[in-house]
Amino acid sequence: MGRKGVETLVGVFVLLGMLGLLFLALKAANLSGIGGGDTYSLTAYFDNIGGLKVRAPVRSAGVTVGRVASIALDSKRYQGAVRLEIDRAVQFPSDSSARILTSGLLGDQYIGIEPGAQEKNYAPGDEIRQTQSAVVLENLISQFLFSKAADAGTPSAATPASGPKK
Amino acid sequence: MTNLVTRLGAATLEVLRVLGHHAALFAALLRACGTVIRRPYLVVAQVHAIGNLSVLIIVASGLAVGFVLALQLYYTLVRYGATDSLGLIVNLSLTRELGPVIAALLFAGRAGTSLTAEIGLMKAGEQLAALDMMALDPVERILAPRFLGGIIAMPVLAILFSTVGILAAYVLAVLLIGVDAGNFWSIMHSGVDAWRDVGNGLVKSFVFGLICTFVALYQGYEAEPTPKGVSEATTRGVVVASLATLIMDFVMTAIMFSTPGG
Repeated sequence: MGRKGVETLVGVFVLLGMLGLLFLALKAANLSGIGGGDTYSLTAYFDNIGGLKVRAPVRSAGVTVGRVASIALDSKRYQGAVRLEIDRAVQFPSDSSARILTSGLLGDQYIGIEPGAQEKNYAPGDEIRQTQSAVVLENLISQFLFSKAADAGTPSAATPASGPKK
Repeated sequence: MTNLVTRLGAATLEVLRVLGHHAALFAALLRACGTVIRRPYLVVAQVHAIGNLSVLIIVASGLAVGFVLALQLYYTLVRYGATDSLGLIVNLSLTRELGPVIAALLFAGRAGTSLTAEIGLMKAGEQLAALDMMALDPVERILAPRFLGGIIAMPVLAILFSTVGILAAYVLAVLLIGVDAGNFWSIMHSGVDAWRDVGNGLVKSFVFGLICTFVALYQGYEAEPTPKGVSEATTRGVVVASLATLIMDFVMTAIMFSTPGG
């Protein structure tokens, strides 16, 4: 085999590898989900973001319309600042609200957007004012215990860790 | 008693000697790489010998691993009604671990042995010494192109292995068993991160390629110039390269995936 032949074969080999990498990166992994030029960003502040992660989906009516781009703690408000990258084709009224929801019983957390009724839409970079934090299981249980204790009329309900003994 | 102490000392010195030879050859190879880049055809020919000719065994193994992985996962997942996650599990195990590791083990067996035997025989036939006599550096002329060729070929082979494995799992799970195709791809798509999983797998395969090629070259270069010496060096090369790959895989996994989720 001549020098040209070997070079062609090696070219085919490396090209195959590049195609495989492209397949793994685009088809089999979520590289294409973010970073395209056709998105705009909104910011939402939450008291508690729970287990929300960067790249988590943003959904409206269950349809994925964007992704979480970054999560940081706002040191002035002591709230979690979540930046959302939303598909430019999808516009929301400027009184839409954002909630942190869980898909399924044990699934990952995502952001659900409930559209409002305003004529005006959110402009890129706007802040979503109405937000609802993630449900934290410990808070839910302690609320439940507190209300149980209040119902029972026991004054020693301030120690929920030991639990009301009945 | 003194005899024991003497042997302990001798063993320690032997370890140091071997380490030193490894380091010296590695430094010489790195130095030689600079000059080899000016003659790329030498490297291209080696990529052909090491990479192209290994494609068949890599693709065949990838197919087999993909099939078996999908089948076994299906048996277990179907009990929990979670067969939709099959693609995700196959993809993560292949891109993160199995792809680079099995490809490296095959690489050590398929390409590493031929490198060791080739160079060992060149040494036994005093061809390396002849090159030296002609003022040609054998490390630069013979070893460095093979070293670079191995480093280039190995990541490509690992990617091919993972890709073929995932496609094989798709064929078995979706086309033959009847797992939903949309869920197979979309759950895989949302669970695999291009940088964290595919990227780290690529880094792994690069490191494994470096280890396997270097070990094979070292064993050939340091082989005793007899038929027995060459055969021993070939065996030792495969054993050392495989163990080093497995140990290095554990270390790199511990570093790369120590923070869950990310």
